[in-house]
Amino acid sequence: MSQVLDFAMDDKRPDEDGVVLSEAQKRARRSRSIAIAVALAALVILFYAITLVKGPGVLNRPL
Amino acid sequence: MSLVSEGADLRGSVPAGPGIACAEPSLASVGDYLALMKPRVMSLVVFTALTGLAVAPAHIHPVIGFTALLCIAVGAGAAGALNMWYDADIDARMVRTARRPVPMGRVQPGEALAFGLTLAGFAVATLGLMVSWVAAALLAFTIFFYAVVYTVWLKRATPQNIVIGGAAGAFPPMIGWAAATGSLSLEPVLLFLIIFFWTPPHFWALALYRTDDYARAGVPMLPVVAGDAATRRQVLLYTAIMVPLGLSPWTFGFAGLLYGATAALAGAVMLVLAWQVYNERRPADRASRNLFAFSILYLFLLFAVLLVERGWGGSLLGWAVT
Repeated sequence: MSQVLDFAMDDKRPDEDGVVLSEAQKRARRSRSIAIAVALAALVILFYAITLVKGPGVLNRPL
Repeated sequence: MSLVSEGADLRGSVPAGPGIACAEPSLASVGDYLALMKPRVMSLVVFTALTGLAVAPAHIHPVIGFTALLCIAVGAGAAGALNMWYDADIDARMVRTARRPVPMGRVQPGEALAFGLTLAGFAVATLGLMVSWVAAALLAFTIFFYAVVYTVWLKRATPQNIVIGGAAGAFPPMIGWAAATGSLSLEPVLLFLIIFFWTPPHFWALALYRTDDYARAGVPMLPVVAGDAATRRQVLLYTAIMVPLGLSPWTFGFAGLLYGATAALAGAVMLVLAWQVYNERRPADRASRNLFAFSILYLFLLFAVLLVERGWGGSLLGWAVT
């Protein structure tokens, strides 16, 4: 029981317990994360600009 | 069989440990995801959509116009990703497509599917909420047409695949027009027809010198199914229909003299090249290659001149035509 608790409270699990990323996989993940962050930031700026252009009626549009 | 399950069957399952499905962590780079969006096709889509947007008789704020083009580009990219997800098995068997991210194993099929669906949802919703629901509906239909009607239903089933499926590539000017005006009329339909009838000679010219590639992949392109001579006849026939359609914006008074002269000259070259293709016999392929290369320039020229004459260039230079 105490072993289970020790394990649950320990952030660092043994390596063989999880997926261990290679350096190439870490680099790929990092580049994807940066790309997602950039895309999200660009969307925020775009939606802000659209709101400025369309004014208060930003969601009022004719079919 | 559903779209998802058929794709999953085609590509097999992820190797799993005992009782646990555990996929290998992805090595896909940002470039791989960009490649999934077929950037070269996307550039042509953006260009033709821009023309439709710019020649429409309505003012559109540059920010809204940019948003519309971005959504159309992303929607086209989404359709490309869905196509690559479904076609990974035949892409792997063709020289031209074997190095795409899914057949190379750099992007997992499920990742390509999720990427395509997410982009499609975002593009259609944003275009509808921010620009026009008519344009958004057309974009949604275009993605559906390319990913399902062409890729899933037609491509492996009939030699008419690129004739009917070509409609997907012809919609962008209509979407651009609808984004600017909120409606459709004869002019964007003419632009649609030009691209629709341009697609068969363009793709069959390519298929004529890639016949073995398509045959190996089991794709029933016209040269594989109907043979060399029949394809060359069809190329000439479709080119003969396309050239007058290329002139139609001018004959209907929608474009000016510069466009008319360009369409006539470029159309004449297309006809000469198609005639050379008609008279060529395998293994010679120079005429087919020439027609394929020039067909890209032909479409670019027509839309570029229209853009200059009727679109933003026209309004800047005061070349109003109608």
